[in-house]
Order: sequence, then structure tokens, then C-alpha cells
Amino acid sequence: MLFQEVLSKWPMILNGVMLTIALSFGAIVLGLALAILLTAFRSLAGSWAGYVVDAYVELMRNTPFLVQLFMIFFGLPQLGIRMTGLEASILAMTLNLAAYATEIIRAGVDSIHKSQIEAGMALAMSKRQVFQYVVLQPAFARVWPALSSQFVLMMLASSICSFVSVQELSGTAAIIEQDTFRSFETYIIVTVLYLVLALSLKLFLNWLGHKIFPQVSGLARVTEAHGEAA
Amino acid sequence: MQTFGWPEVLFILRSAGWTIALTAIAFVIGGIFGGIFAIMRLSRVKFLRRFAAGYILVIQSIPVLMVLFMSYYGLSAMGIELPPFLAASASLAIYVSAYLAEIWRGCIESVPRQQWEASASLAMTPGQQYRYIILPQALRISLPPTVGFLVQLVKNTSIVQVVGFVDLMRAGMLVNNATYQAFQIFTLVAAIYFAICFPLSRLSRHLEKVMNASRSH
Repeated sequence: MLFQEVLSKWPMILNGVMLTIALSFGAIVLGLALAILLTAFRSLAGSWAGYVVDAYVELMRNTPFLVQLFMIFFGLPQLGIRMTGLEASILAMTLNLAAYATEIIRAGVDSIHKSQIEAGMALAMSKRQVFQYVVLQPAFARVWPALSSQFVLMMLASSICSFVSVQELSGTAAIIEQDTFRSFETYIIVTVLYLVLALSLKLFLNWLGHKIFPQVSGLARVTEAHGEAA
Repeated sequence: MQTFGWPEVLFILRSAGWTIALTAIAFVIGGIFGGIFAIMRLSRVKFLRRFAAGYILVIQSIPVLMVLFMSYYGLSAMGIELPPFLAASASLAIYVSAYLAEIWRGCIESVPRQQWEASASLAMTPGQQYRYIILPQALRISLPPTVGFLVQLVKNTSIVQVVGFVDLMRAGMLVNNATYQAFQIFTLVAAIYFAICFPLSRLSRHLEKVMNASRSH
């Protein structure tokens, strides 16, 4: 096997790694923000809001990410909305992750006892304060492990963005493969890089969880292993 | 230019059959290996435990797409030419085996310890314990998450179109290349995936509810 030939393309590979990290990071931040908005919308607005959010979540969770991506990249231009592969990827990843995260956060919100909310009200907290401090924060702490594994799955699913010609890690692999005809070597190197990325992300999220929710990190065990592939 | 009409719709619908066939094959083969890895993961032999844990960790930490590329392009560069359907089923089966192994390990572990102790005190061999005592109980517990995982599998079959296998996704892309009516086509493709996945999702949730009810008393 000739790894040198592939490794000599390291600047390209490094670019791919950076783009995968950037895509994943962007989708995680934006997706999580959208999920929090949807959760707030569900609990603060009327019951019809619940149906709208549920429909969105079910729709996204029961169709493949690839179809969602193609719908945005190839389907929307027909309606006059045109975007680059990179924009479509970020949008698709955000929408997809938001649906999963909403479902996971809902499990956490459901685990908050009603008496907690009543206690918050009794302390004259506003509706928003109750939502933020009594519902959202403890719920988040409980489902952090499940959210973390969902984030890792999203990072792995970002490889699918190479189908709309985004030069992230697996898109880069395809180009290097065409240049060098060293398929096996290329894919082994890229696979190892994904492995390193996934494990580092896992460790980082674990550390972050302990940092943000120090008091409840023990509790969080309960909801572990709830993530699903995108 | 061709337009998106009935023949195209029928073509897409027929290709959905291949998506289901691929799902079934990957699930059965992956399930067999997943079961073996789950039991290895709980084995008393350190090497088997480590090996299974390592396999699960690695496969769960790389994209399915990479497994697919390695088994299709990678092996073909080494002179081993796998037909698309075989490469697709093999890579999906590898993916399934790692995830089911982890799910089923959890289910086996959630059978109360006393069941192991009681059956051991009846002089049962580990094989007998698994066969008559542990697995029947673990099987019940494993139903909801396994059906839930099936939904993930159906969705993940969509990536095999990259090796040229004509599944539901590929059929949609082919029709799109001929008609350029992407919005209608991918709406139909999404609707078919939804029609397969949504009932499975509901079934999984239903099973979970039924089992929680029966376990609480």
C-alpha cells in the first residue's frame, strides 16, 4: 500500500477536516438554538403549537437526511430559492438536528415534575422564568448525554453533504481518490480521521456537560444511549 | 424533455421495494452478527469482551458512507469486485451489527441479576442460561428499541445510491435527471420513506408503552 501519495495531499485533507468541524459546529449551535425555540413555542403557546412542532419533528425524524438535503438543494430552486451546496448543507443539518434535539429535550422536560413548576409559580416567578430555570435547565442537564450522542451522529452524517459537492472530509476523499487512484489508502486515512473526530467530540461534550451542569452530572446517566442516527 | 408522470411514479414506487429488500437483508445479517457481538461483549473472556467493545466503538464512530466506500471502491481497487447490491448489503450489515450489539447488550444487562444467579444455582450451563432464562426476557425488552433502530436503518439505506444500486433514493435521482422536477419528485420520495418509517416509529413507541405498563405491576 502506498500511503505517502495520499498523505502528500495533507493540506487538502486538513481543509476537509476543518470544514467537517465547521459544518458540525454550525449545525449543533444553530440546531440546538432552533430546538430550544421549538420547545419554548410548544410549552408557552397554545395546544395547536404542540401539533405544529410534533408534525415537524415526526416529518424530519421519519425521512432520510439525504432526501431533506436534496429537497433543499434541488427542490427549492424550483420555487425560486437558490443556495450553494454549503448553505444547503448547513440548513439541512440544522433542521434535521433541531428535530432530534427537540424530541430529546422533550423527554427531559417531561421528566420535570409538575410540582416543581407549581413551586416556581408560588415563588412568583414569571412564566418565562419558570420555563428557563425550573424546566429548561434541569431538563437539559438530564438529557445532555443523549444530546451528545445525537451531536456525534450529526457529525458523522455530515459526510452525506459531499453529495451536494461540499468539500468536507468525505468530499475531499473522493477527489483525492480520483487524483491518485489509491482508493483503499484514501478511505482508510479518512476513516481514521473520522474516528479521531468522533472520539474527540465525545470527550469534549462529556467534559462540557460536567462543566455546565456540575451538580446533576450523576443524574444524567438515566437517559443515556437515547440517540438515534440521522 | 420528459415530464414527471405515472410511469415515473410507478418506477419510483417499484424501487421502494429494493429499499425494503435491502433493509431486510441488512437487518437479518447484521442482526445475527449483532447478537454474537452482544454476547461477546458480556463474555467472561477478557479478549472477546475487548474485541467486541472495540468493534462497536469503531463502527459507531465512523460514517456508514465510509464503510460503504471501503467495501465498494476500496476492495475493487485491490482487485476484489463486489456487485453493488452485495457491497450495499454488506456495509449496511456491518453498520447494523454494531448498533444492534450495543442495543441488545443493554437489554441483556437489564434482565435482573437474580435471574442469572437462580439459573446458575440450578446447575445450568451459560448456554442454557442464555437459551432458557435470559434471552427470552431480553427479547421482550429489546423489541421497542430494535423497531426504533429499524427506522434508522431504512433511512440510512438511502446512501447506497452512491454505488449505483437503484433503491428508492436512486430512482428519485434518476427521474430528476430526466425531468428536472426535483420538488415534486423528492416530495414523493420523502412521502414514501415517511410511509415506511412512520408506522415503525409509532409501533416502537406503542411497544414501549405496553411494556412499561406490564412491568409496572
